[in-house]
Amino acid sequence: MAEFKEVSPDAGNGEKLLNWVDNRFPLSKLYKEHLSEYYAPKNFNFFYFFGALSILVLVIQIVTGIFLVMHYKPDASLAFASVEYIMRDVPWGWLIRYMHSTGASAFFIVVYLHMFRGLIYGSYRKPRELVWIFGCAIFLCLMAEAFMGYLLPWGQMSYWGAQVIVNLFAAVPFIGPDLALLIRGDYVVGDATLNRFFSFHVIAVPLVLLGLVVAHIIALHEVGSNNPDGVEIKATKGADGHPLDGIPFHPYYTIHDILGVSVFLLVFTSIIFFAPEVGGYFLEYNNFIPADPLKTPLHIAPVWYFTPYYSMLRATTDVMINVLSIISALSAAYVVFKTSVQNKFKLVTAVGAAVLIVLLNIFDAKFWGVVVMGGAVIMLFFLPWLDHSPVKSIRYRPNWHKWLYAVFVVFFVILGYLGIQPPSEIGTLIAQVGTIYYFGFFLLMPVWTQLGEFKVVPDRVTFVPH
Amino acid sequence: MKKLLLILIASLSVLVAQESSANEDGIAWDKAPNNTNDLVSLQNGAKLFVNHCLNCHSAAYMRYNRLKDIGLTEQQIKDNLLFTTDKVGDTMKSNIDPKQAKVWFGANPPDLTVIARSRSGHKGSGADYIYTYLRTYYRDPTKATGWNNLAYPNVAMPNVLWELQGSRQPMFAKEEAHGHEAEVFKGWEQVTPGKMSTEQYDQAIGDLVSYLQWMAEPAQNTRVQVGVWVVLFLLCFTFIAWRLNAAYWKDIR
Repeated sequence: MAEFKEVSPDAGNGEKLLNWVDNRFPLSKLYKEHLSEYYAPKNFNFFYFFGALSILVLVIQIVTGIFLVMHYKPDASLAFASVEYIMRDVPWGWLIRYMHSTGASAFFIVVYLHMFRGLIYGSYRKPRELVWIFGCAIFLCLMAEAFMGYLLPWGQMSYWGAQVIVNLFAAVPFIGPDLALLIRGDYVVGDATLNRFFSFHVIAVPLVLLGLVVAHIIALHEVGSNNPDGVEIKATKGADGHPLDGIPFHPYYTIHDILGVSVFLLVFTSIIFFAPEVGGYFLEYNNFIPADPLKTPLHIAPVWYFTPYYSMLRATTDVMINVLSIISALSAAYVVFKTSVQNKFKLVTAVGAAVLIVLLNIFDAKFWGVVVMGGAVIMLFFLPWLDHSPVKSIRYRPNWHKWLYAVFVVFFVILGYLGIQPPSEIGTLIAQVGTIYYFGFFLLMPVWTQLGEFKVVPDRVTFVPH
Repeated sequence: MKKLLLILIASLSVLVAQESSANEDGIAWDKAPNNTNDLVSLQNGAKLFVNHCLNCHSAAYMRYNRLKDIGLTEQQIKDNLLFTTDKVGDTMKSNIDPKQAKVWFGANPPDLTVIARSRSGHKGSGADYIYTYLRTYYRDPTKATGWNNLAYPNVAMPNVLWELQGSRQPMFAKEEAHGHEAEVFKGWEQVTPGKMSTEQYDQAIGDLVSYLQWMAEPAQNTRVQVGVWVVLFLLCFTFIAWRLNAAYWKDIR
């Protein structure tokens, strides 16, 4: 325990109060550790705005959410009307609601860019594995939060989107139907579902989310931020013991982030005030029709931020199962005949592949679609151990690595686009190629990230004064 | 990095170019006039709505006194637009019994409060759809109501505005397209005249659709007005934040 500190009797009242608090709560210590003496690399670029922005959006969602709950009614017969009541009769209710609906999409935009930043600069590599894992958990929570929140307006898309996704769980072998029943609380999506989703959306998931965000930041401040060069700034310290390439987070990055925040708010408010539906992507047109369990819409698509993964689900057809079986067989054959690993490992690979191929063909393709969709997200957790590149940042990797990342991004966007569209033959084929690329990109990382001519990583960060 | 972004943009443009025109029922939609800022037009639309639509359709989330936003006084609303039993703070409920409606038309007349928002699609806005729909009724003796519609084939609703529009017949011509013959819509033939000329009727429907569009989101004009100030403020704020940032960062070498 810290010693009890005294201030001189002629100190100002502010100083006395701070001292009183500091003797009971580490206020100054926290301020120093996380702001004024948290040294961040000075070479942050555009992509480094999105961490702070995701906190901003989180706060917007929580605050607007609190006000929405004051007027919203989680009841299947009242929910739709209560949202329209918020839009019409609650003073400034439309603004609060649009902030919340736009915030949901904005959250995914900033988080996807934040994750992409981590991906290209190797921010998940040692010693930041836990920062990355907490972040992936946040992403999972965010998906659950968005999915359950989308049911609440009780429009046609809310209803049928939930129906489709919950039915996916029914495809799980053996326990599926019971699992789906447990999630819905009824045999179809209904009032019971709305009530439990409301409960999860407003308290259970946000609670976990906030805890994870705190863990994410504590872990980050323990190891220090990465930067676009992937250079450890703590390796080069000055006489004062602070990293030579580091600058105090406050005031430099707080001021910097205010600039980022104001540009972000320009875009965010432009959407809220001038195009809150964003052409049916942020607020789907069909969702202005009250939920009708008897009328299935012609085309059910999740909101845009889920569509890359939804595409992967739809891409998993019987043909895809055959392709996956062949890929498993060929990979196992390669390991067994062309590599020089231990025989025990070869045996395990061969048996594993055989079992996988049998399972692939026993269970329904729909179930494997769910596995593919879930696996695409879960795989991100393992990224720190998949990447074996000798350098962290994309800047010092071979040029063809950059192309692999570029194609990855292009496929991710295409998958997202295809997920919005009604299924088509050519679309499914492209989605299958995209899905295989997505998985190949990650699963083959232990191999390809080591290949090629790497550039020399400098000792110090590269920085161009503003 | 710039290269990545360029590739991204290029790939997106390819996607947009490939966007298939999913074939929905009905003809292409006409562009509806947007008069949601024109109070005279909105008031005329409100009158048409109350007199012709509200008998069967509700607007159950819309309060009568919200019409003050389009320049009507409470007294005007009470005198001209209210059913005798309603109060000015009530929502617009129709008097039709849903069960009877189901028997009469085979479908429940949908609530119209947010109909203009819900009907948007790749063919145009919801207003475009309603504008087209209300102007493309024709006599069809094979239907129970005696009416059919080009924008919504086999619709359950009869042409309640026929007195204004008169009755019309669409003209088709056979045209060769994509290797097979197809019937192509070629315009209208007026069979019996209505109380309004085609131009007057189009204008009346334009007013009604503007009203429906306004009613779907009564805050929309306020929203845009507030938005202009918010964006102007943020532009100033961004400028200050930019200079502040430059002032702080000039020492970092």
